[in-house]
Amino acid sequence: MWGRFAGHRLLQLIPVLIGVSFIVFLTMHLTPGDPIEHMLGQAGRITQAQIDELRSHYGLDRPFHIQYGLFLRNAAVGDFGTSYSHQGRSVSEVVAERLPATLELTLFAFVLAIALAIPAGVFASLRPQGPFDRTATVAALLGISMPGFWLGIMLMIVFGLRLHWLPISGRVNLALIPQYVTGLHTFDALLAGQWAAFWSALKHLMLPGLAMAAPMAAMVMRMVRSSMIGVLAQDYVQFARAKGLPETAVIGKHALRNALIPTVNIVALQTGLLLSGNMIIETVFQYPGLGKLAVDAIAAADYPLVQAVVLIYATSYVLLNLGADVLHAALDPRVRLA
Amino acid sequence: MKGPLLQVQDLHTRFETYRGTLRAVEGVSLRVARGEIVALVGESGCGKSVTALSIMRLIRAPGKITGGRVFLDGEDLLAKSEAEMRDIRGGRIAMVFQDPLSTLNPTFTVESQITETLRVHGVASGAEARSRAVELLEAMGIPAAKDRLRSYPHELSGGMRQRVMIAIAVSCQPELLIADEPTTGLDVTLQAQIMDLLASIKQERGLATVLITHDLGVVAQFAERAAVMYAGQIVEECPVSQLMAEPLHPYTRGLLRCVPRLGRPDVPISPIDGVVPDLVNLPDGCRFAPRCPAAMERCGQAIPRLYPVGGERTVRCYLHEPPDAPATAREGD
Repeated sequence: MWGRFAGHRLLQLIPVLIGVSFIVFLTMHLTPGDPIEHMLGQAGRITQAQIDELRSHYGLDRPFHIQYGLFLRNAAVGDFGTSYSHQGRSVSEVVAERLPATLELTLFAFVLAIALAIPAGVFASLRPQGPFDRTATVAALLGISMPGFWLGIMLMIVFGLRLHWLPISGRVNLALIPQYVTGLHTFDALLAGQWAAFWSALKHLMLPGLAMAAPMAAMVMRMVRSSMIGVLAQDYVQFARAKGLPETAVIGKHALRNALIPTVNIVALQTGLLLSGNMIIETVFQYPGLGKLAVDAIAAADYPLVQAVVLIYATSYVLLNLGADVLHAALDPRVRLA
Repeated sequence: MKGPLLQVQDLHTRFETYRGTLRAVEGVSLRVARGEIVALVGESGCGKSVTALSIMRLIRAPGKITGGRVFLDGEDLLAKSEAEMRDIRGGRIAMVFQDPLSTLNPTFTVESQITETLRVHGVASGAEARSRAVELLEAMGIPAAKDRLRSYPHELSGGMRQRVMIAIAVSCQPELLIADEPTTGLDVTLQAQIMDLLASIKQERGLATVLITHDLGVVAQFAERAAVMYAGQIVEECPVSQLMAEPLHPYTRGLLRCVPRLGRPDVPISPIDGVVPDLVNLPDGCRFAPRCPAAMERCGQAIPRLYPVGGERTVRCYLHEPPDAPATAREGD
């Protein structure tokens, strides 16, 4: 049953990706900026013949629909072409180099947000309008209202430049880069038992991770709080108490599981926003991930690279929603029948 | 052992609301002997359920038990620690609620909800708890009990859910069962089946029951004694046969006149005029006086006591005041 459900959803990925790629392709071609000019930069004397040669080398002289058709055909077999702005390296290679960094940062921000939001939301719901709830509400309001780039800069100023507690750019102390296994520095360092490298990588994740996690933690916390307040008023919570269960089981088991059902969708949505927040946060923190790669690629009119990065983002959106649906069904037996 | 199993004395429960203090239960006293079924009767909002939750000490903020005592077999429940109360809840006093669909947790299986109770009270765990759960479901008249263990509440019918809830309630062999509107919302056939089930459980296990209901038919059929509540106070208490044959309090009379009589189309159904008083702004005197057809001047001045009127019967009405009684009573006495 699960296999069919997931398989069906994965098939839906194909039209989504085709649609997304078409829109990106079109937008990139309508945007001003000529990739060849970017490529040549200030290379000095270049003849029109040389420009035409490059243009035909990359297929940019052909009509739009042919270019798009070629892209689709090659993408179907996993070939995303050659990057214009990375000295002729393949797009797959460039992306593969940056993907782990973004995965690591996003995962860190996700875990941080959830670890803050769920306990805080539950705790706030136990005494609505109590001191903790009021404090958490103000904190959530700040988390939602502060733009990511501004929060990022503030964190850099306070914790990096003034207090010198945490690094403000990069992924890890370059002298300590652990051996490549997963590409996630913290994991690799743990696998190799290199504590100094692990600690360095973790410290580099702190500020960008916090800047990314803040709005998500705020939204999820508010959702957990309000859904817990609703659930705590339910008869089954009263009945659980009447059965003689300790309050920890009443809250942590009977109430929380039901309160998490509506929260799952918010978490999926917010994780999507987390991914798009990447571009800003990675740029602010000079973090060598996919988001910064995308921003740079757009500036350089590097069509193939932009295309590939956007497709990765689109795929993760669809997978996130699939994950949310599966988790939803796992938590709530009532949706399993549908 | 002598003495009642449950004795509630002068119970007061209040809720602090933004409008003021809501006096939900005021001076309720109740006795339930071992194996006895006592009905607590009254319309919605009269304090029946709050009385039940107060006995279980499940009143939560902004509500508070502000006075009185609750004795279970001579032990004062209001003096117990929260941990001691947890052992009593589900262990010695069990409760079933009105709507089994909302009372059973939708996200856990029947098995998990039954065995959890057995485990927490140290009755059984693991495979033993599982087989106990099957026995319980069978005893409640659920067919294919073993298969039902894996079911979720939404997969069961209304009657079956009610049986599962009763199975959970009696799983740890309580001495007292508080049934809060156990048949409301079920159709008449199911009502009868569920009440028969409760009666047979009472018979087999000697379980004392507080039956909270607004359904006088259910009271007449199953309860031995009844206490009628109005606006947070008990207004009349007596054996059910007397209550049905000759209600004394004007409110009880009014209630009985609301019930259509089978085979007596000549007897009209007449509702009680007026509305239930606001529990934040209660009248000075008898709480029923503003709606009472027999109200006198003094009814609006002070609350009457519960006067004994022979045998086990008490009535809170000046019409039944014994001639030698003191002129007025303290509030809530």
